[in-house]
Amino acid sequence: MNIVERLEKLDRRIIFLLTLLAVVIPLLLPIGFKIKVSEPVKLFYDAVEALPPGSMVLVSSEYSPSTMPEVYPMNQALARHCFKKDIKIVGMGLWPEGIPLNQASMEQAAEEYGKEYGVDYVNLGYKAGGIIVISAAAENIPNTFPLDYAGRPIEEFEIMEGIRNFDNIDLIISLSAGDPGVRHWVMIAQGRYGKKVAGGVTAVSAPAFYPYLNAGQLQGLIGGMKGAAEYETLLETSGTATRGMDAQSIAHGLIIFLILFANFFYLLGKRRKK
Amino acid sequence: MIETLGIWMAAFLTLCILSFLYKDNPFYKFAEHLFVGLSAAYWAVYYYFNILLPNLIQPLFGHGQLLLIIPLVLGIMMIMRLFPKVGWVSRWPLAFIVGSYSGYNLITYLQSKALEQVRATLVPFIQIESWKNLFTNPGVMTFLNAIAVPVVVVGVTTGVIYFFFSKEHKGVFGGFARIGVWFLMIAFGASFGYTVMARISLLIGRVYFLLHDWLGLIQ
Repeated sequence: MNIVERLEKLDRRIIFLLTLLAVVIPLLLPIGFKIKVSEPVKLFYDAVEALPPGSMVLVSSEYSPSTMPEVYPMNQALARHCFKKDIKIVGMGLWPEGIPLNQASMEQAAEEYGKEYGVDYVNLGYKAGGIIVISAAAENIPNTFPLDYAGRPIEEFEIMEGIRNFDNIDLIISLSAGDPGVRHWVMIAQGRYGKKVAGGVTAVSAPAFYPYLNAGQLQGLIGGMKGAAEYETLLETSGTATRGMDAQSIAHGLIIFLILFANFFYLLGKRRKK
Repeated sequence: MIETLGIWMAAFLTLCILSFLYKDNPFYKFAEHLFVGLSAAYWAVYYYFNILLPNLIQPLFGHGQLLLIIPLVLGIMMIMRLFPKVGWVSRWPLAFIVGSYSGYNLITYLQSKALEQVRATLVPFIQIESWKNLFTNPGVMTFLNAIAVPVVVVGVTTGVIYFFFSKEHKGVFGGFARIGVWFLMIAFGASFGYTVMARISLLIGRVYFLLHDWLGLIQ
């Protein structure tokens, strides 16, 4: 059996092991590859940065624990960015699993920047209905979300004074891992009500949102863990996304090498058979 | 104490699931079945307490909002799917959902997915400012900015030509269709690259949990 035949019968578990090592080693021994900020992430950052103190940002969380490594760092960085600039956050979600994650991000950032629940941020919780909920909230937020995520009436909170509908929201940000998510916020909030919308999405879905960015329907876009690491870089903080980027780069290098290696020996084997 | 127990349980179940990469085994089966069972129970309880109770049961039976009888009846009709003899009844609420959702979405979908995208393509083929910028500040990014609009226009046009099946893909028309295929392949390649990144990110997330939260090897 020659080398080509041996490689054709290579146990795939060896590839799994190599991928695991490519992830584990850089996490234990960080290299510190430079993170270059892309234009869509810079636009996202600029959209938040352009808001004056006291502005109101609506952060809708449409993701679940299964996509936490990608979206949660965005959520954390966004909460820090807003509180650093004294911007108030109204949280909500079209996915029930996203509510506690959004709440945890806001609580952590609030502790760091001395912000108070009900005054600087609030979490309106989850409401079933997807696109219908966006339309309803656009017309009347208190009617759509009469209670916060813990079941308390929202009129109890100082932050909700004067908030009636989307006219009182300066920027809408959807952090989503699927539908309902950014697409629906663009359709209703941007398309129908002309609101500024920005998005943070998983890497799998990111290519589908570039046309929206190109057409000006999105103010900015963060795609996957790489995008989250870029956002952390702009904020000059080092979160879990930045810490994962060395492993990401090494694993990508390994995959590129394996693709080239496999194709080379595949073509070699094909030529020999002829 | 409870947090530590939770971390150990999560670590054990993560290792159970990852053990499938070696081969199928009872630990993987246990974790898989546990996940399916827990998910089903979680969603059943969640939907009851967060959707049915506050949106239907409390307002209808507690506050007498009689209009909610309509969705209640539609919901019961939907459950009729479970009984083959009267299963046809479920088609009515389904038709209601499909009809209302389509009607609601049609205009906004057309606006955001078609008209806005077409508008974004209808821009001057040559962006004079971008070309000026290229000559004053030559570089990869300025070059890409200068050719961005022609690439979008050519990509969209040839891509659409590829999906035009009423004429045989031969001659000049076939040439354009072939260029369209190249654009599609590049787009699929970019999507695949992003997919790889997403999957590796998920692996990083789990490995980070094991090394940081469980073993404490990363600060």
